[in-house]
Amino acid sequence: MSKTTAAAEQELACHTISVLVDNEAGVLARVIGLFSGRGYNIESLTVAEVNTQEHLSRITLVTRGTPMVIEQIKAQLGRLVPVHKVSDLTVEGPHVSRELALIKVSGAGEKRVESLRIADIFRARVVDSTNSSFVFEIVGKTEKINAFIALMEPLGLADVARTGVAAIARGCDPL
Amino acid sequence: MGTPALLPSGTTPTGIVQGRSTPRAPPALFEQVKAMVDQEKSGAEIILKALADQGVDVLFGYPGGSVLPLYDEIFKQNHIRHILVRHEQGAVHAAEGYARSTGKVGVVLVTSGPGATNAVTGLTDAMMDSIPVVCFTGQVPTHLIGNDAFQEADTTGITRQCTKHNYLVKKSEDLARVIHEAFQVASTGRPGPVVVDLPKDILLRPAPYVPPTRVRHKSYRPQIKGDIKAIEEAVDLIAHAKRPIFYCGGGVINSGPQACQLLTQFTRLTGYPLTLTLMGLGAFPASDPQFLGMLGMHGTYEANLAMHNCDVMVAVGARFDDRVTGRLDAFSPGATKIQIDIDPSSVNKNVPVDLPIIGDVGHVLEDMIKVWKARQCRPDQAALADWWKRIEEWRARDCLHYEMSDTVIKPQYAIQRLYELTREREPLITTEVGQHQMWAAQFFKFEKPNQWMTSGGLGTMGYGLPASIGVQVAHPGSLVVDISGEASFMMNLQELATAVQYRLPIKVFILNNHYMGMVRQWQELLHGGRYSESYSEALPDIVKLAEAFGATGLRVEKPAELDDTIRQMMAIDGPVLVDVRVDPSENCFPMIPSGAPHYQMLLGPADKESQPISKEGAILV
Repeated sequence: MSKTTAAAEQELACHTISVLVDNEAGVLARVIGLFSGRGYNIESLTVAEVNTQEHLSRITLVTRGTPMVIEQIKAQLGRLVPVHKVSDLTVEGPHVSRELALIKVSGAGEKRVESLRIADIFRARVVDSTNSSFVFEIVGKTEKINAFIALMEPLGLADVARTGVAAIARGCDPL
Repeated sequence: MGTPALLPSGTTPTGIVQGRSTPRAPPALFEQVKAMVDQEKSGAEIILKALADQGVDVLFGYPGGSVLPLYDEIFKQNHIRHILVRHEQGAVHAAEGYARSTGKVGVVLVTSGPGATNAVTGLTDAMMDSIPVVCFTGQVPTHLIGNDAFQEADTTGITRQCTKHNYLVKKSEDLARVIHEAFQVASTGRPGPVVVDLPKDILLRPAPYVPPTRVRHKSYRPQIKGDIKAIEEAVDLIAHAKRPIFYCGGGVINSGPQACQLLTQFTRLTGYPLTLTLMGLGAFPASDPQFLGMLGMHGTYEANLAMHNCDVMVAVGARFDDRVTGRLDAFSPGATKIQIDIDPSSVNKNVPVDLPIIGDVGHVLEDMIKVWKARQCRPDQAALADWWKRIEEWRARDCLHYEMSDTVIKPQYAIQRLYELTREREPLITTEVGQHQMWAAQFFKFEKPNQWMTSGGLGTMGYGLPASIGVQVAHPGSLVVDISGEASFMMNLQELATAVQYRLPIKVFILNNHYMGMVRQWQELLHGGRYSESYSEALPDIVKLAEAFGATGLRVEKPAELDDTIRQMMAIDGPVLVDVRVDPSENCFPMIPSGAPHYQMLLGPADKESQPISKEGAILV
């Protein structure tokens, strides 16, 4: 049987893709333009230079699509001229992914105490404080941060800033 | 300031120490530095040196404020020819025509702002059809970038999505490297357009020159050789096929004449049928009995039905475009699909492929032939005979048949006569976009690659006339014909002045039906014959227009006079416009209505009532 019928049954899945690129002007615009131009999703995207000698940056992006779309995304990324390597961490083996968030919670009285107690459970640190507010710093997987934010909601959640996902393969080999 | 008498011996009044005993740079290093200083050239000189080193002999361009230093340098030299177009879109199409007819990179030079934005359609066209073009755009000086300066546009921003890659040169030292990289990126892998944006100060500032041999791109490495395991597996599948077909596209032509020969060799070795896409015409000789004609929306009945009913499909340098596949869920449902392509993103994009082979078509075909011969493959002759019998039955439907007329010129007839009367001179054909383009693809037969230049992916009306200029520049002694429609011709007719200026004897063969014919056809089939805005109420007198430009104009209205007019057109040593008055109501058949599968073709006017186009289909137009 050909793959044609199988393709119709393919389901959406979340993939974390790591892209090593030349840190040159416009490279991020190329990646983002590719996603918007071809109608792909970006759920999270982070970018920073990781090799100052060779001017290489790593873009970590989280996207969602059918296996056929994910394959297209990887092929299209690989086609960009300043791209050195595209790795699909989700399929290439175990990996760790982390996100950092700064979360501002305003309130007084019991709610304020409760927010501090929950922050302790989540191992969030207080990085700023006033008489009526905290800024928590929390590091973890996306789901953990989502859960923390949900718990802060009724306790006076005022503002959220998130870095997006950074991810790397487990083990001793580089990507 | 001291007097010379007070200075130690061996020193000059300027204080520079001379003589043997004092330290100085070793001679070798000194020579190197001196050579480097001698090699320092202005940015404009560097560009021309780099172009010469890349083997460029012609530029298509249009001057403007920000590229004046470069035009000054062009004025001072004789080895690179500049063709002055009349609109920047024309420059890119001309470069495309040049590139497609020679296999070399087409080079464009335009100014900043409107010069660059006018080039965008041409760049997108080259992107969609994978044509190697390097386009230099002027830019305001680096210190003015971002200030909304006069004739400033964010060219790299605007062209990012319609080029294979683009550069903004911010340092003169990068200039030579960037140009050599641009040529490498444009011409290798899956070819495409590359923009190099040049701020005016970069053109003036001196910098050292770097030859192409010393430039290697940091990350760009297209895959050329195919995976041999996959190739062996493919040969196995091909050898055991019962109802095989080769489906080949523009990638074969881009791979080069050698690849086309290998394709012909392999196809004849197998005895299998072959069909070509619009972009692939010429990759396999049209006169070969194994050729089923073009496939797709206006392809032949036999090609489309063979695609639908095959059991093994070998896609070679073809990308399963929607005009080829028709309704996707009904596309060739029983076939095992093999795809050879240099671009991994062409695989599994529209149609899931069972066996992809990433690599250059020429290299992969060479390996396939080796494996085929080494294994002494013998296809199942009984099954193949059966398959050919079915194909011949489809072929017998004579799907390109049309009703002849003694009184009015049928457009198909005009193309047929053009083909018959010009074929001995092996003409190079460009087209515009629309009905005439499809009729040209159906009725003009191409035996060799690089003779057919048409806007396939983007479908750019106005492509053919400037493209024919680029083709004629590259092939001064050849017959170059732009098969055109009057609406498309009107879109870039200013380029006629370019043809006249450079005495380029292009022939523009205009099938004039006063309509945007393909729009009218769709309106007839889908919108109840309400011809909304598809009729040109006012058209220029094409004969007088030609004369006004300094070209020759001919008009023909009767079928009996057609041959004489075509002969006359060929005999004139200069640009000619031929106003061929054709049947305005003729439709282009066969046709797969959009949203329909391959087996539901409209073969002629009689079919259109019996197979009305669905609403879903209408959306897919």
